[in-house]
Amino acid sequence: MAEFKEIAADAPPAQKLLNWVDNRFPLTKLYNEHLAEYYAPKNFNFWYFFGSLALLVLVIQIVTGIFLVMHYKPDAALAFASVEYIMRDVPWGWLIRYMHSTGASAFFVVVYMHMFRGLLYGSYRKPRELVWIFGCAIFLCLMAEAFMGYLLPWGQMSYWGAQVIVNLFAAVPFVGPDLALLIRGDFVVGDATLNRFFSFHVIAVPLVLLGLVVAHIIALHEVGSNNPDGVEIKKHKDATGKPLDGIPFHPYYTVHDILGVSVFLMVFSAIVFFAPELGGYFLEYNNFIPADPLKTPAHIAPVWYFTPFYSMLRAITSEMMLVLMACVALAALLAVTKSKLAGSAKAAVLVGAVVAIAAMLSTDAKFWGVIVMGAAVVILFFLPWLDHSEAKSIRYRPTGHKVMYAVFVVNFFILGYLGIQAPSPVFERISQVGTLFYFGFFLLMPWWSRMGQFKTVPDRVVFQAH
Amino acid sequence: MIKKILLALAICVSVVSQANAAGGGAAWDKAPQRTNDMAALQNGAKMFANYCLNCHSAGYMRFNRLQDIGLTDKQIKENLNFISDKTGDLMKITMDPVEAKKWFGATPPDLSVIARSRAGSNGSGADYLYSFLRGYYRDPTKLTGWNNIVFPNVAMPNPLWELQGEREAMHKTVESHGHEAHVFAGWKEVKSGTMDQREFNNTIGDLVAYLQWMGEPAQNTRIRIGVFVLFFLGIFTLVAWRLNAAFWKDIK
Repeated sequence: MAEFKEIAADAPPAQKLLNWVDNRFPLTKLYNEHLAEYYAPKNFNFWYFFGSLALLVLVIQIVTGIFLVMHYKPDAALAFASVEYIMRDVPWGWLIRYMHSTGASAFFVVVYMHMFRGLLYGSYRKPRELVWIFGCAIFLCLMAEAFMGYLLPWGQMSYWGAQVIVNLFAAVPFVGPDLALLIRGDFVVGDATLNRFFSFHVIAVPLVLLGLVVAHIIALHEVGSNNPDGVEIKKHKDATGKPLDGIPFHPYYTVHDILGVSVFLMVFSAIVFFAPELGGYFLEYNNFIPADPLKTPAHIAPVWYFTPFYSMLRAITSEMMLVLMACVALAALLAVTKSKLAGSAKAAVLVGAVVAIAAMLSTDAKFWGVIVMGAAVVILFFLPWLDHSEAKSIRYRPTGHKVMYAVFVVNFFILGYLGIQAPSPVFERISQVGTLFYFGFFLLMPWWSRMGQFKTVPDRVVFQAH
Repeated sequence: MIKKILLALAICVSVVSQANAAGGGAAWDKAPQRTNDMAALQNGAKMFANYCLNCHSAGYMRFNRLQDIGLTDKQIKENLNFISDKTGDLMKITMDPVEAKKWFGATPPDLSVIARSRAGSNGSGADYLYSFLRGYYRDPTKLTGWNNIVFPNVAMPNPLWELQGEREAMHKTVESHGHEAHVFAGWKEVKSGTMDQREFNNTIGDLVAYLQWMGEPAQNTRIRIGVFVLFFLGIFTLVAWRLNAAFWKDIK
């Protein structure tokens, strides 16, 4: 506990009040640690807007969500009508609803950009592993939040999207059907499902999400922000212990972020006010038809932000399983013949591979599709230990790495595009190649990230005054 | 960096436009844009109340919302609300859905958001409705005696036959890839209606505009407010930009 501080009797009342609070709660300490004396590198660029924007969108979603819950009815017989009631009869209801539906997509846009920034500048590398892991957990929560929220309007796409995804869990060996039943609370998606998804969407997941956001920021402020050059600003400090290349977050980055926020709000408002459906991508046309358990839509596609992962799920056919088994066998063979592992470890690898292949032979490809989709997200958690490059930032990495990253981004867009389309044999092949590349990018990273001629990383950050 | 971002954006846009282009069938006829035209909307509302709102409900829409398109409470009560005596009531119908299913083979869908739900790769929801309502023709092989070129084997008979008249589809046989195929080859009028084709198209345009407006009655307000919001944010961005520059000029 800090010393109890006395203040001069003739101090202004505001200062007296602050002193009173500070003796009981670390207000000034928190303010200094996180804003006024949090030193951030001065060379942040465009990509560094998306962290604060993610926080802004989170606040928009929570506030609009609170108002939506005041009028929404989580009941299979009333849900669709209550959304239209909000759109028509609740004063400004349409604005609140469009902000929430646009906010959902905006959240993913912003978070994808934020994650890509981490990838570009190696922000997940030591000592920022936990910042990255909390971030990945936030992304996972966000996906759960979006999936369950999407059921609530109770339109055709809501209903059948949930039906398809929950049915995937039925593919788990042994416990699958019971697991799917537990999630739905019924034998088909119904009122029970709607109620539990509502409960998860408005309280359970947001609580976890908020906790993780706090952990993400505390971890970040403990280790300090990375920057586009990937150099540690704490290595060079002045006599008072302040990093030479650091500037106080407040006021420099607060005014900077206000600029980012105002540009973001222009784009956000343009969508909310002029194109809230955004051509069927933010609000799908089919979802204006009330859920009908007896009428399956011809084409069921998830909302755009899930489509890269959905593509990978659909890519896993029984043919693709043969390719995956060959990959496992090849990896085991290489480990046994080329690596310097101990004999017992090699034996373990061999046994593991045989068991994995046996499991792959004996279970349905659909189940492995679910595993692959899950693994596509989970693999992100391991990124800090997969990347072995000398330089953190893409700026000082060899051209080959830049090509890898470029192909990775294009591949992600292609997978996203394919996930929207109706299945076809050609698209299936493309998505299978895309899936192999996606996993190859991460799993082979320990090797390719060491290769090539790195540029010299500067000692201090590169900065040109504005 | 900016170049890269622009490139990425260009790729996104091309992907998005391709996603829209995917899908089958001919493009629907473009519906006229009249959602801001009060006279057209009022005429559309009249058509809707007289020709649609007997079998189809608009159960999320209140009669008195028609004040937004310039109608008075009295006009709504006397000319449009045939089912209740309160203008605050929802546009429900008295037809029993179970009976309707027996009669037509399908329950007539609620029309509140029909214009929003029918959009697709061939055009907007309004385009669909504009093409569909003008797409009826006589077909003796169907139970109702009617068929539709946009929605083949549709359960609903032509509700506007008195206005449009009756016509038949002509087909010609063409040789295609070694086998014969029936191809649509234009219309043949059987009986003329009370409107000529131009009048009829115009009336359907009004009706579709009304359905489009009813899908989201706040849409005109939304766009009007949006202009002010963007104007404000534009100025705010300028201020934020200069404020940022003023602070950052010390950072060397």
